Amino acid sequence: MKRFIARNAPGYIFLLPWFLGFFLLALGPILASLYLSFTRYDMVNAPRWIGLGNYEYMFMRDRRFWKALEVTFHYVVLAVPARLVMALAVAMLLDKGLRSIGLYRAIFYLPSLLGASIAIAILWRQLFDANGVVNQALASLGIQGPEWLTNPDTSLYTLVVLAMWQFGSPMLIFLAGLRGIPRDLYEAAEIDGTPRWRQFTRITLPLLAPVIFFNLVLQTIDAFKTFSSAFIISNGTGAPADSMLFYTVYLFNEAFKFFRMGYASALAWVLLIIIAIFTAAAFLTSKYWVHYENERD
Amino acid sequence: MAGLTLRNVGKSYGALQIMQGLNLDIHDGEFLVLVGPSGCGKSTLLRMIAGLEDITDGTIAIGGKVVNDLPASRRELSMVFQSYALYPHMTVAKNLAFGLQNFRMPRSEVERRVAEAARILQIEPLMDRKPRQLSGGQKQRVAIGRAIVREPKLFLFDEPLSNLDAELRVQMRAELASLYARLGTTMIYVTHDQVEAMTMASRIVVLRAGKIEQVGTPQELYTRPQNLFVAGFIGSPKINMLAAEVRADGERSLARVAGFADFALPGLATRDSRLTLCVRPGALHVGGGEVASEGTIRLVEYLGNETLLHVALASGQVLLASIYGQASYRAGQTVPVGFDLADLHYFDASGQRLEPEMPAPVPAQAVSGSA
Repeated sequence: MKRFIARNAPGYIFLLPWFLGFFLLALGPILASLYLSFTRYDMVNAPRWIGLGNYEYMFMRDRRFWKALEVTFHYVVLAVPARLVMALAVAMLLDKGLRSIGLYRAIFYLPSLLGASIAIAILWRQLFDANGVVNQALASLGIQGPEWLTNPDTSLYTLVVLAMWQFGSPMLIFLAGLRGIPRDLYEAAEIDGTPRWRQFTRITLPLLAPVIFFNLVLQTIDAFKTFSSAFIISNGTGAPADSMLFYTVYLFNEAFKFFRMGYASALAWVLLIIIAIFTAAAFLTSKYWVHYENERD
Repeated sequence: MAGLTLRNVGKSYGALQIMQGLNLDIHDGEFLVLVGPSGCGKSTLLRMIAGLEDITDGTIAIGGKVVNDLPASRRELSMVFQSYALYPHMTVAKNLAFGLQNFRMPRSEVERRVAEAARILQIEPLMDRKPRQLSGGQKQRVAIGRAIVREPKLFLFDEPLSNLDAELRVQMRAELASLYARLGTTMIYVTHDQVEAMTMASRIVVLRAGKIEQVGTPQELYTRPQNLFVAGFIGSPKINMLAAEVRADGERSLARVAGFADFALPGLATRDSRLTLCVRPGALHVGGGEVASEGTIRLVEYLGNETLLHVALASGQVLLASIYGQASYRAGQTVPVGFDLADLHYFDASGQRLEPEMPAPVPAQAVSGSA
């Protein structure tokens, strides 16, 4: 026992900060929120047990919950494929063996570093303002741009464009995946007269499937959790006409604007379950379209 | 089938010239092997023929038609890669058919060719498997099958056996040779393994640093290497090289080799120069020879059908002797060691082969005074 401790103590000491962080800052609040989701709690008075009351209200009577779900689903369906397509396209360009590739990689990754920041959200608001840069550019072409952010029909798309612009992280993963595809497969295809598009669809995409799958899962989770950009651009309200009422914005407002912490906790757990269902669905369908080089049949 | 002609072919990457002025005629239906040490440019040359690398100078013609500007797919050739380059997500059948589908070939024709290749290579039971479910030898067969189905004018092989274990390599070597005999198509084969080169080639091209050192049949390369590099590269175990000082003695040329008594080199016009004399391990006699000395056995390597003796001369140079069968020598034993003049290869100071004027060997006359 003494030997075991002597041998493993340094490891556990190094793990300690993570353990403390996990139990105190993550696991504790997670369990607390599960409990709170069955209570009415305004952060002033003690939580009052109401059983499934919050969930019943959410599914049966809360129209804004359904609106928030709709907006978020709409966003996920648009933003995730858009970002992945953008990331793959840029990764394929960078995979061509350009000079100064490190510099380009850094430049393309930059928006992802800045993307979640408040400053970029504010910048985005100004870009898509009625008199913003986008409309000025359109005006120079003689096109009258819409009021992107105040029009419920267009506001969500400004966030989809922002998501596309933040393609850095999946791009880097795609780039690593592309580098992992042996060059001689393409050379063999070249000698066989395989057109570029067929090389892409029949070689690149199937061999990149594990990476596409990985990126799809991560980006879907990320998209469901989109908060700061939506919060800033919609001034924290989800306006106009709740067109940017993202699930997390609604949850935040319920928790910290209206102090319905019990209800917000229930919302958080429902989001977790939705994300889990999507992830599970991705994993379950993956066997039909994801090929792993080393798997055994 | 088609022959291939290279004229003044050169390749450079920026200012770095890795190949220049390469001339080579590959005959229709020939099995030509490109051999050389790592980095000699053999794979690059093959890739230039395939169209996977551009050439920077000269012309490449296949079947009399210059193909410099033709993409790989229109050169009517197939290539087998060292790594097999099988599509890992496709079954064997799909791997074989993939290339044919690019040419909008009728399905019945694709199926006929795939079935024919599978039959020739005996991979019919593997058609529904994926590459990861195949052994190295099976993968190699599929890779060759993929080349066969195209029915190309020219086959290119880039070190196709180097990923296989020794036993399988011997087996695949024989299979490739019989495939060549069956198809009769021009084949260009890159390897660094001289045994593969010697056993399979109609002719061998020995390359070094982007230049052709010698082109010839395996027998020509072994019996008449044109320079020291080829002499050293072709033949296993490696040829023995002895530095010799040659001086005129009347009408004769006398050679002085460290560890041996001076001896006459009949028919050699070269005088007062430094030569390298080479003798194959199989021609080095333990127990005598026209020119003989004594040496100490350092190492005995028993290989079954032959025994290799590492014999150190008094000068410190170690010579290699190959003796048929099992020899009863042991390390530390002192033995006479020598060679016959007829078995010597002569190379001048620049490493080029010299031919004695009188090919018939004259018994050596040892002269007094040892080196």
